[in-house]
Amino acid sequence: MQLDEFFVTGEPLIYAGMVSIVLVSATVIFLLTYFKRWKWLWQEWLTTVDHKKIGIMYILSALAMLFRGGVDALMMRTQLAFPDMNFLNSQHYNEVFTTHGTIMIIFMAMPFLIGLMNIIVPLQIGARDFAFPFLNAVSFWSFFFGAMLFNLSFVIGGAPDAGWTNYAPLAGSELSPGPGINFYLLGLQLSGIGTLATGINLMVTILRMRAPGMTLMKMPIFTWSTLITTFIIIFAFPILTVALALMTIDRIFGSHFFTLTGEGLPMMWANLFWMWGHPEVYIVILPAFGIFSEVIASFAQKQIFGYKAMVGAIVIIAGLSFVVWVHHFFTMGAGAFVNSVFSITTMMIAIPTGVKIFNWLATLYKSKIVFSAPMLWSLAFIPSFTIGGVTGVMLGMAAADYQYHNTYFLVSHFHYVLIPGTVFACFAGLIFWYPKMFGHKLNERIGKWAFWLFLIGFHLCFFPQYFLGLDGMARRIFTVGPEWFTLNFISTMGAFLMGLGFIVFVHCVIYSFRFSPRNIEGDSWGYGRTLEWATPTPIPKYNFATLPEIESHDALIDMKEKGQTTFDRDKLEPIHMPSYTGQPFIMAAIMFFASFALVFEWITLAVIGLVGIIVMMIIRSFDYDEGYHIEVDEIIETEKKARGMTDE
Amino acid sequence: MKGKKVSLQKKWFTLLPVLLAILMTGCDKMAVLDPVGPAGESQKNLILYAVIFMLGIIVVVFTIFAIVVFKYRANNPNRKPEDYRPDHHGNVKLEVVWFVIPVLIVTALSIPTVTTLYDLEKPPESSQEKEPLVVYATAADWKWIFTYPEQDIETVNYLHIPTDRAIEFRLSSADSMASFWVPQLGGQKYNMAGMENTLYLQADEEGVFKGRNANFTGEGFTGQTFNVTAQSEDEFDDWAASVSEEAPELTQDKYDEILAPGLLDETMSFSSTHLEWVDHGSNEGRDYSVERHGDKYDEGLHLENKPGWAPDEIQQ
Amino acid sequence: MSEQKTDDVALEYSTHQGQMNIVGFWIFLAAEISLFSTLFATYAVLFGRTAGAPEPAELFEAGTVLIMTFILLTSSFTCGLAIHNMREGSLKGLMVWLGITLLLGLGFLGFEIYEFVHYAHEGATIGSSAFWSGFFTLTGTHGVHVTLGIGWMIAILIQLKQRGLTAVTTRKVFIVGLYWHFLDVIWIFIFTSVYMIGMVV
Repeated sequence: MQLDEFFVTGEPLIYAGMVSIVLVSATVIFLLTYFKRWKWLWQEWLTTVDHKKIGIMYILSALAMLFRGGVDALMMRTQLAFPDMNFLNSQHYNEVFTTHGTIMIIFMAMPFLIGLMNIIVPLQIGARDFAFPFLNAVSFWSFFFGAMLFNLSFVIGGAPDAGWTNYAPLAGSELSPGPGINFYLLGLQLSGIGTLATGINLMVTILRMRAPGMTLMKMPIFTWSTLITTFIIIFAFPILTVALALMTIDRIFGSHFFTLTGEGLPMMWANLFWMWGHPEVYIVILPAFGIFSEVIASFAQKQIFGYKAMVGAIVIIAGLSFVVWVHHFFTMGAGAFVNSVFSITTMMIAIPTGVKIFNWLATLYKSKIVFSAPMLWSLAFIPSFTIGGVTGVMLGMAAADYQYHNTYFLVSHFHYVLIPGTVFACFAGLIFWYPKMFGHKLNERIGKWAFWLFLIGFHLCFFPQYFLGLDGMARRIFTVGPEWFTLNFISTMGAFLMGLGFIVFVHCVIYSFRFSPRNIEGDSWGYGRTLEWATPTPIPKYNFATLPEIESHDALIDMKEKGQTTFDRDKLEPIHMPSYTGQPFIMAAIMFFASFALVFEWITLAVIGLVGIIVMMIIRSFDYDEGYHIEVDEIIETEKKARGMTDE
Repeated sequence: MKGKKVSLQKKWFTLLPVLLAILMTGCDKMAVLDPVGPAGESQKNLILYAVIFMLGIIVVVFTIFAIVVFKYRANNPNRKPEDYRPDHHGNVKLEVVWFVIPVLIVTALSIPTVTTLYDLEKPPESSQEKEPLVVYATAADWKWIFTYPEQDIETVNYLHIPTDRAIEFRLSSADSMASFWVPQLGGQKYNMAGMENTLYLQADEEGVFKGRNANFTGEGFTGQTFNVTAQSEDEFDDWAASVSEEAPELTQDKYDEILAPGLLDETMSFSSTHLEWVDHGSNEGRDYSVERHGDKYDEGLHLENKPGWAPDEIQQ
Repeated sequence: MSEQKTDDVALEYSTHQGQMNIVGFWIFLAAEISLFSTLFATYAVLFGRTAGAPEPAELFEAGTVLIMTFILLTSSFTCGLAIHNMREGSLKGLMVWLGITLLLGLGFLGFEIYEFVHYAHEGATIGSSAFWSGFFTLTGTHGVHVTLGIGWMIAILIQLKQRGLTAVTTRKVFIVGLYWHFLDVIWIFIFTSVYMIGMVV
């Protein structure tokens, strides 16, 4: 293979990408060397099994991916801003919308939420860590290397260009030769393994590690939504694993699952993809609902309204999410009966979702609303998401969907649910729990600026797209004429406003890192209701020295009434901790190596990588490291310091 | 300071339905809401029926939202002590109400959806006395091939249909999955290799309408468009006769050339059809194109934008 | 937490960590069920799409498949005996029966490899047609699982030799046992819905 086939050449934007990758890497290496931080990086981060640190790494990676996906979005909007633009050519535009969709769903939304779950769920249920801390580290690193593999395609080999849905036969080896689609298949496979492992891990954690007295119906709503999400992950992700594997075998080993030759069935890809893909949508929306419930109850200073109905609604949505996948291709010609059935199941999702919306509104009734930045994100979610929701019902009406399908009406709809749903929740959750992660709050004034810019930009960007869709503008076209100029131009302006909002948010993070006051309360906002706020800030390694008996889903409110804390000297015992280890990082790095080889169909190298993975598994099997204990004296010392207590 | 932000927020959200109303006044011009045939008409009616319910929901949610956010803000100077009930946690009656209302709405939306779905599977009732005209619409990367078996003619990248008569489109694809869509005639359906979908459409008005592939098929997708000319039955017959007499015969070599991936500069007409040697909608025809052109996707088209080429402009 | 011991339960359940590992593995098996269901569904959808390659009824041999089924079912039984010996506290019995299970597993794999090679000679490979892609992927995935199970058992046998019966080693044996029984169940579905139906239709 020639070097110019290996690297993507001939595009100024890609050269810019290469230069920026080299520059960023060089800067990182320089800074680490200059400040002598290599050892710190390895000992504190790359080898960590602490759920809080892994969560932070998830969120940082997700923010980086949000930036990459956002740049993709702005490039697309620039191309569509004016008639007859030549900013991107067709091929490049196709690559950009493919990576935008894939990155935002797989490498941004999910890891962001999984990051928040990582940090918060063990804290909400009073656990010391995950059930399997080692596996948690494996999950993170396989996600991370999967994301790296996918992003590498931009400069090496060529990016995937068949859309994030990667439909066969277009994505098959006949119509899309070359490594592009392989990057998609293996990048997703690698990170998908991590997601499945996290799903199992979190489920066991929630089922078996809750604080004494915390029955299922006394769990905070976010933990509930996480538990249901793990159910969806466990049953949906294996379908993706199989679908990706089958297409990989098709492309690399010449089988005929989705091919036009050999009597393969391209339609089957669409079915398998959406049998995973629709539950996937709820994997990124249910935890978001959980976050909003927590934030709204906290800053409304009021119990969540209809706790049982909220939990029930999540369960019903999760169940329905598995029986609606056909609505992604009503136009495939399955016939009136099949379309009717899936139309009705789809619209039925609106019922539990509507119940949730009204319960949130009822929570605000007779409350005391404090307009903090996380609350603003959560409040903005309600009306914005309602627009996305009702247009979703419209799309669910199959006969009308024939007119909306594959248009900007659809594009607008799913951005209207995924941005106010997932992205607003990510911001709300990040700002809300930020003090628990970093020991200081984010600046409220700058944070609110970021919110307003992003919110206005969002509506400006996507609201006009409904009308473009109704006027027949198909999605994924790379150029438009003067007829649709006005609405497209408004949309692009909105997109740039959202970009500005993101920059202001990054500024807010940097500003707060430098100037925000430290030494804050465990209950950093003063409105906390659940157990995570009972820990001191910053949180000790072991999370909880002791735990009181839990009596309701607002554990902290009860504890405050009774004057309990998570530091009861009479109950102290040594705490068992898992040891840090470099194995997960090394194992995932080898998986990356094997997948990269497979992308270019270098079978020998891939087999060597596979052997490496097996060797790592054997090493793990023979590893009897029992971890260590934190002694009572050390706990007392830590807690006293964290709680600012003096010897009495 | 904070109070100002609240009212700003409220104004912004109440602005949305207003904006919606303003934009809806432009409805008549939007292709989907300006149908010229019975299929599109029934879909338009279904859409507008749904919009009424949806606007109702939006108004209710936005109003309640605006009121509670405004009234129960912590810094409201007019707060009374009874305005804060921190332990208020449920009300079965209310919860039943907002469970039942969505159920009723979903029911009200399901019934017309299902009846329309069944209606769209049949030729429209308004032209029942005539047999539908059969047209094979075959997608190939990145063009449209229309075959009229009755007339024994074939066109590429343009379509003529008679008005007031149902057209039975038999949809298939030579390679990647496409979607046949003429927004003003009615909703789309997929074209897939190795199988055949049927789509009934009809034009009640004469005119030229935009048609396109709506499903992403790769590099030339944006340019995979065609114009539909709807004309009276007599004019259509004249046109078909002239194509039959004047256009060249379609040879298999010429047809294979057309199938090769790429965009065509011009429309084409032929006085015979490709159905003589291949039907892409049958199991035997599924790999016809891939067998011949599978090796041509290695090199990209390096397709650049050209002024006046954008798909929303009708080229006559 | 992991060192809290509970009395009156089997050794593998005696620590909190051990219990969680076992629960976690049950959940993993649920994911495996989802994975194999997808493969079965794929196979069913592609059934009959042979595109000119040999038909399954021409190639499937009742004898070989019956022997494979018998071997795997027996191995499940011997695996059960191994767990029984473990519960009785007999390290030797455990290791012997686990060793026999392992040998039976190897026998099964041998027959499967023979079968695949034989089909390939007759002109049915993963690239022959959609049906054969589905067949080889479904049975191959099961075969890869069996292979991994064998490697896993070898690793556990070595650990048993090194460490004897502890809370950790017994937990590992118990989990590999669950895995082995699961593969047996999957094979029964393969036997009925792939081979029996394939030979009849």
